[in-house]
Amino acid sequence: MELKDIHIKGIPTEDFKDNEYLENYIKELEANGVNVILSKVDELINWGRSNSVWPLIYATSCCGIEFMSAAAAHHDIARFGMEVTRNSPRQADLMIVAGTIVHKMAPLIKRVYDQMAEPKYVLAMGACAISGGPFVNSYHVIKGVDEIIPVDVYVPGCPPRPESLFYGLMQLQRKIKVEQFLGHKQR
Amino acid sequence: MILNYSQPLEISNLTSWFDQYLRSNLSEFWTLLIEFVLVGIFLLAAYAVIALILIYAERKITAFFQARLGPNRVGKWGLLQSVADMIKILLKEIIRINRSDRFLFFAAPFFMIVASMLTFGAIPFGKGLQAIDFNIGVLYVTAVSSLGIIGVLLAGWSSNNKYSMIGAMRSGAQFISYELSSGFALMTIVVLAGTMQFSQMIEGQRFCWNIFNGHISSIIAFVIYLISGHAETNRGPFDLPEAESELTAGYHTEYSGLQFGFYYLAEYLNMFIIASIATTVFLGGYLPIQIQGWDAFNGIMGYIPSYVWFFSKTGFLIFLSLWVRWSFPRLRIDQLLNLEWKYLLPINLVNLLLMVILVLTGLTLKNLFGIL
Amino acid sequence: MMEKIKKLILDTVAEAVIEEKQKLTVTVEPKKLHLLVQTLRDNKTHSFDYLVNLTGVDRGEELGVDYLLCSSADLSKEVVLKTGTSDRENPLLYSITDLFETAHFNEREVFALLGIRFINNPDMRKFFLNADWVGYPLRKDYDPNPELNPVSIESKDMVDIAPRILETSDGKLVEEFVNIFEDDDYIINIGPQHPSTHGVMHFRTSLDGEIVKKIDVHSGYIHRGIEKLSESLTYPQILHFTDRLDYLSANINRHALCMCVEKAIDIEVPERAQYIRVIMDELTRIDSHLLAWSAMTHDLGATTAFIYGMREREIILDIFDKTCGGRLIINQNVIGGVMFDIYADFQKDVKAFIPYMRKKLIEYDRFFSHNVIALGRTQGVGFMSKDEAISYAVTGPAGRASDWSCDIRKHIPYSLYNQVEFKEILRKEGDAYARYLNRLDEIEESLHIIEQLIDNIPQGDFCAKTKAIIKLPEGEYYERVEAAKGEFGVFIESRGDKFPYRLKFRSPSMALVSAMPLICQGEKIADLIGIGGSMDYVIPDIDR
Repeated sequence: MELKDIHIKGIPTEDFKDNEYLENYIKELEANGVNVILSKVDELINWGRSNSVWPLIYATSCCGIEFMSAAAAHHDIARFGMEVTRNSPRQADLMIVAGTIVHKMAPLIKRVYDQMAEPKYVLAMGACAISGGPFVNSYHVIKGVDEIIPVDVYVPGCPPRPESLFYGLMQLQRKIKVEQFLGHKQR
Repeated sequence: MILNYSQPLEISNLTSWFDQYLRSNLSEFWTLLIEFVLVGIFLLAAYAVIALILIYAERKITAFFQARLGPNRVGKWGLLQSVADMIKILLKEIIRINRSDRFLFFAAPFFMIVASMLTFGAIPFGKGLQAIDFNIGVLYVTAVSSLGIIGVLLAGWSSNNKYSMIGAMRSGAQFISYELSSGFALMTIVVLAGTMQFSQMIEGQRFCWNIFNGHISSIIAFVIYLISGHAETNRGPFDLPEAESELTAGYHTEYSGLQFGFYYLAEYLNMFIIASIATTVFLGGYLPIQIQGWDAFNGIMGYIPSYVWFFSKTGFLIFLSLWVRWSFPRLRIDQLLNLEWKYLLPINLVNLLLMVILVLTGLTLKNLFGIL
Repeated sequence: MMEKIKKLILDTVAEAVIEEKQKLTVTVEPKKLHLLVQTLRDNKTHSFDYLVNLTGVDRGEELGVDYLLCSSADLSKEVVLKTGTSDRENPLLYSITDLFETAHFNEREVFALLGIRFINNPDMRKFFLNADWVGYPLRKDYDPNPELNPVSIESKDMVDIAPRILETSDGKLVEEFVNIFEDDDYIINIGPQHPSTHGVMHFRTSLDGEIVKKIDVHSGYIHRGIEKLSESLTYPQILHFTDRLDYLSANINRHALCMCVEKAIDIEVPERAQYIRVIMDELTRIDSHLLAWSAMTHDLGATTAFIYGMREREIILDIFDKTCGGRLIINQNVIGGVMFDIYADFQKDVKAFIPYMRKKLIEYDRFFSHNVIALGRTQGVGFMSKDEAISYAVTGPAGRASDWSCDIRKHIPYSLYNQVEFKEILRKEGDAYARYLNRLDEIEESLHIIEQLIDNIPQGDFCAKTKAIIKLPEGEYYERVEAAKGEFGVFIESRGDKFPYRLKFRSPSMALVSAMPLICQGEKIADLIGIGGSMDYVIPDIDR
């Protein structure tokens, strides 16, 4: 599979920036060669997974409101099939960390992440979740949620607009689309 | 028979031809075996397909109510959305939970799905499209569909999760209460129709649906059945067992992957089952709209295959149910039980008596206007 | 009047030191404080029965607490009380929790951040920080070394034992431990990650079946230490923190800090900027109330209503977007005025919005306010009396639903609010439904205010010239504004530097949450969520 083969409906492939990570990821996955039959089945599985990403909203502050905007009438996250927000981590595929994570919250976010079922993804929404944002110098703020749990997509902004969240979600779909479930090593 | 027009689109033509073909070539035993297996496969397939269609329909209809677009990126108009969901759910990890009752935890979703599947078999989808036609069909459906509650209670109990527990307890109280109402509402119609067999009940409604035949009493029973059916399926405004904003995901909080998928499917299937029983009992089932004396009109209506009639009536009721669900806020548990025990049940009892009087005094529409 | 109060104070505590700064300031020793507060609260003529703010300050030589009291009948009558102790090892002050319920959480906050323990406070656990946090962050000698407080990702069990210090009748201090819950209580954790707590609030709730027996509030899951951070930033740099407190009233909060600094350094804000600020404030208020409406309906299970509220909100966000590029957090106010002038079609857009919103308010009423289930779920639920509202310092639409006139815009008009005409919405019922209706009515009032201003925006500068480095003269500055959730306050203690010596925000949401255990007791668990929606708190505002 090559980068240009990843098709996201409605957006031309060349409109996606920051492809370096995905290219490396594909190379890494394909290091052992590709089995044609299995890769076809994989494509089907990935198609299903990438189009049915049910989010769990780990909203701690402002970014949560922007997620609500993204879910509401004007922007409508349902177009991507992602409006089924599961409040139980067991049933969610994607954790959207929207907001600052502080010391007191750290064990809890780790716990919720552990409760999620594989395959699971994490999207860090907003400056605070990425790096601590404006509060980076604070005594109680964790400098990026990736210190605690692995993050797949970073969406910068303070808070990010719904449009940028959608861009991030489509990047996540692209990442899911190159994954290999059968025959190859998994994440 | 009044209706002897050719109905080339009926599936029953095909099935009876197939039956005769098998019988002419094989012994009775083999014929039955093959047919049973085929019916089973078809039912399972229909079960899955109907659930997928309903999930898609609900998401689109909800979007319509909420001034949104709904899924539109997978396939044309997002038609394949629920297929993608199912692929995802099938391959999702099933988490084994420590300190839960393993056996019950795994058994619970099956109770749920088996209960709805058992009911599914007794529903007449069209002329000749009924797996089993019990002579006590109404009783059977009521009895079997209430097995589902065991799945919910077990799920809540075995998960070792306080939210699940509260959800399951709510569900138990709610289900058992509303089972009474829905049972009584069906009984009212059984009194009117004089039979518990679905096929006979449907044939009796050829020119006058039960909802019109028993006029006041039937309409009350219909409304009560819709309300209690809605409550039995745990859908808003009666979705207390999974009340999202209170109990995160209610009784199935701890379920993941396919086990959760079972609950997810069963929820939609139960909605379909309630709607299809209401169609069968109140709205003339798979029969087309027929008016006594208008033979040409009846002929045209009769040309539309019976399963189309069945699914469109059921679809209408499902749409009503979605409409209610997405318009109302959620009830509280005490209000919910008040509604049942203080209003619906007394009204129901009086209504049953009223129906008996109507039937005994011959005040039904059929009697009054001499409809067959 | 002033003289009477002074006399009353001196009659009660003869050695009190009275100064007249921005506000009447009284310094007393810790032992006399309780008596003085009680006298001020209980006297008939000028009853100071509303504790606005309780601020812990590390004054260097001593650890102190400032109390801002005012009269609930007339919010402009204020008095500041100060006390302190020079014992830095084991600082002890006397609690006033028995007089003002709102003091409870505030005192626990002071304990967490400054280490001052309060005698007679029934529950002296740290409020924001974990119990094992090393050091007291707001002290000037706090050691920020991250190795002292490493990030721990191990889940710990909740400990439901509260220490407290009591003074016995013969004047001895006894330290004891109390169990918050009984042994066989069925406790569920609502939060910190829960779909409907309006953020990361953590209510440990003990249940009797479906009925709420007791709520124990845990907070600090989004404590970002804004007040400490501010102490090393210049005033224009601090501005962006105000937006991120109560992000729904972002613009109003920022307005408060701007005004506080402007008053301190005597900047005349241009008329045009005042107009823009007030219009933006009111739009923010509508935005916040719409979200509160949406969130409450969602809490009660009406998802469609939620989407409708968000739909209307989007129009306001578009106006913000066109003005300054931000949606939720707009960075519009700066010291001396506003950052951006309004765009060409601003007036047209806003004027188109007003009738549209009015039409939608009618739709909301039809859709939800008159719905049988909605009425059943909200009427008579979560009752709060006027006295309770005052004691818990519950301001804003929630306080006014309990018939307490507490609108700062009326009592202490700031900016242009003395030039516009609007009603203060008061209701007597004090239940969730009254709070709900109050918000919808306030949207209407805000529209009315905007209507009066939008055509009269004067020409001219939109920002006054300020010095490159803003230094506040030594002193203490208070500013109070009416944010969407209630009274928002800014307290700055300056020592003549370009950084504040101590900056404290009075958070309206903290008062709202502190009242939750009271009004939810005995209600169903489903109502706990609904009442939370009707109080409409924002957690980052509490935790700061």
